[in-house]
Amino acid sequence: MTSFGTVRLIAGREITTRLRSKVLRIATLISILILVAIAVGAKLSGGGPSYQDVGIAPGAAPLTAALASTASAIPVDLRTHDVTEEAGRQQVRDGKLDALLAGTPGSIQVVVKTDLGDDLRSVLQLVAQRAALDQQVTALGGDPAEVAAAISTAAVTVTALEPPKKADSQQLAVGILTSILIYMALLLNGQAVAQGVVEEKTSRVVEILLGAVRPWQLMIGKVVGLGAVGLVQVAAIALSGVAAAVATGVLHPHSVSTVSAIVWLIVWFLLGYAAYSLAFAAVASLVSRQEEVAAATTPVLMLLIVGYVIGISILPSHPGSPFVAALSLIPIFAPTLMPIRLALGVVPAWQAVVSLAGMVVVIPLLLWIAARIYRNAVLRSGARVRLRDAWRAS
Amino acid sequence: MNRQLEIDRVSKRYGDVIALHGIAFEVRAGEIFGLVGSNGAGKTTAMRIVLGVLEADEGAVRWDGREIGLETRRRIGYMPEERGLYPRMRVAEQLVYLARLHGMTPAEARASVDRWVERLGVAGRRDDDVIKLSLGNQQRVQLAAALVHDPEILVLDEPFSGLDPVAVDVMSGVLRDKAGAGVPVMFSSHQLDLVQRLCDRVGIVGRGRMVAVGTVDELRAQGQEELVVRAPAAPPGWAAALAGVTVLDESGGSTRLALHDGADDQVILRAALETGPVHEFIRARPSLTDLFRHIVSAGEEHTVNACAEHTVSAGEEHIVSIEDQT
Repeated sequence: MTSFGTVRLIAGREITTRLRSKVLRIATLISILILVAIAVGAKLSGGGPSYQDVGIAPGAAPLTAALASTASAIPVDLRTHDVTEEAGRQQVRDGKLDALLAGTPGSIQVVVKTDLGDDLRSVLQLVAQRAALDQQVTALGGDPAEVAAAISTAAVTVTALEPPKKADSQQLAVGILTSILIYMALLLNGQAVAQGVVEEKTSRVVEILLGAVRPWQLMIGKVVGLGAVGLVQVAAIALSGVAAAVATGVLHPHSVSTVSAIVWLIVWFLLGYAAYSLAFAAVASLVSRQEEVAAATTPVLMLLIVGYVIGISILPSHPGSPFVAALSLIPIFAPTLMPIRLALGVVPAWQAVVSLAGMVVVIPLLLWIAARIYRNAVLRSGARVRLRDAWRAS
Repeated sequence: MNRQLEIDRVSKRYGDVIALHGIAFEVRAGEIFGLVGSNGAGKTTAMRIVLGVLEADEGAVRWDGREIGLETRRRIGYMPEERGLYPRMRVAEQLVYLARLHGMTPAEARASVDRWVERLGVAGRRDDDVIKLSLGNQQRVQLAAALVHDPEILVLDEPFSGLDPVAVDVMSGVLRDKAGAGVPVMFSSHQLDLVQRLCDRVGIVGRGRMVAVGTVDELRAQGQEELVVRAPAAPPGWAAALAGVTVLDESGGSTRLALHDGADDQVILRAALETGPVHEFIRARPSLTDLFRHIVSAGEEHTVNACAEHTVSAGEEHIVSIEDQT
């Protein structure tokens, strides 16, 4: 049997076993539910784009077209409803309308429940000014439509010397979710690898397996198998999260930044998983009992947590932080920091390339180191094997 | 068929502890070879080296004249001393997996699993997780795991420990069948009566060396001949003065004597008759157990000193337990 065939067989067993795991199913389901809850919550709290409903009483009807065009130019999402003044007032009181336009084009009256929102105030202010302008233009013998056309083409050109690196709220949300998701995915799947390695040691089945396969084949088979399940899990969570966000209108379905965030999430999950799972496999092979797994994997876990905590605590307020940018180029922290920075849209191309290249160099190196430690330690049951001994012994 | 599994001067040390000291023996195709020795003598280490699970520092393991590589190792059936199976995997599924790892096609693997679970009496539990089985049944599954890929060589570490008498018979039968089919079968055991009954040849291992090897009869012939005399009326010490005789044991009117060169059993018989009636007068070769005790105790003093230094931490057999030695 070829090495490839052996690794595939081992990975196949891992996939079958993992898919039967209740823990995996529950964790995935909970993650999906949390994302859906966040999307629904965002919708309810009005975090996403929402419409302002404006009722227009018959007297103000001539303003409808001007209102719509002004609103779309600012832009403010606005829906107009033709109502009678009586019904409109009632709807404002019930909260069905944000505002009611009454009066005449010459003297606009706005009825609101408590206060007029800033967006709407700007729009209505402009509409009133334009109405006054139109009257003056007409009085001077001009054509209001011509003036309006001339005005609408007038625009200022803005040249920013230092464009602010402030992400919009949608990117920020995607970035934070990306960060949480990749952290959880690396944590759960990395620990699954560690537990799997120790399970084979505890049950001593590793001794039978190593009569038939080489240690590195066993290690890689496990990493690949669990990684395949992890990939499907991450993709399922990410896609259902996006689906929920789009369904509730929190995200625009065709937003390029969302699509690229998901692609980068998957890429960085794969790279981060490859690196971290190998580290987890190596340190786990040093111990023989499930109770010792936590202690053995702590150093690796800490690196993962540090990256995550730095990302989630600094980046939302300072997306352009040079400190985080520097850290995200280091392969240890790249898997937890790069995806969120990419989602925030603050990564120059060269940084993306450098961090990817770093991973591409580090993963084979880690593979070699992990395979060596694993080979030397995996058959030593009993007390915890010191890392130094596992490295030296042949 | 002159194929044989050859363990050629294999040495292995763990730090300061020498586990194997140039051990050498061979197991011929079609024979059952028993490996006996006290705990820590190096049996498990030797078997793990045959399996390639451990690497020897020196020496070689050959099968049919060629050094064993991974391809040959795949065709060895192995039962480790520390039993090992995935606890939360179904019996049949697990056996199919192991068979396939050893190079069988899925169809071959399934057919072989069906055959072995039937033969070993665990067919009814094939879809249960291993952990749900009784220890005895787990042991049977473990044996099935060693046999399922139709191995060319069998290496079994303590296959009989923890088995009930029925399972011992099943296991013995399987080993005989396999040997009959030309497979070299090598196993270790502390149940010396079983080894004596089952094995074509036996090797006694002590402190990493092969101390004695041969058929059971050859080994027993090396030991001192014994004489059991039952003379109820004989006073204690009646035989002490006889030429060429050592009294091994005196109890309940029965005396066990070791005969040295020059001892004359007829003189002993006359001496016994002088004390009164003689109900039993039997010449016997020492059992394997006696022989084993004798050989092990010969190397006692060195071993005990050595094992005080055995502090390497690893759950392997090379850690000598002092109780077993003294």
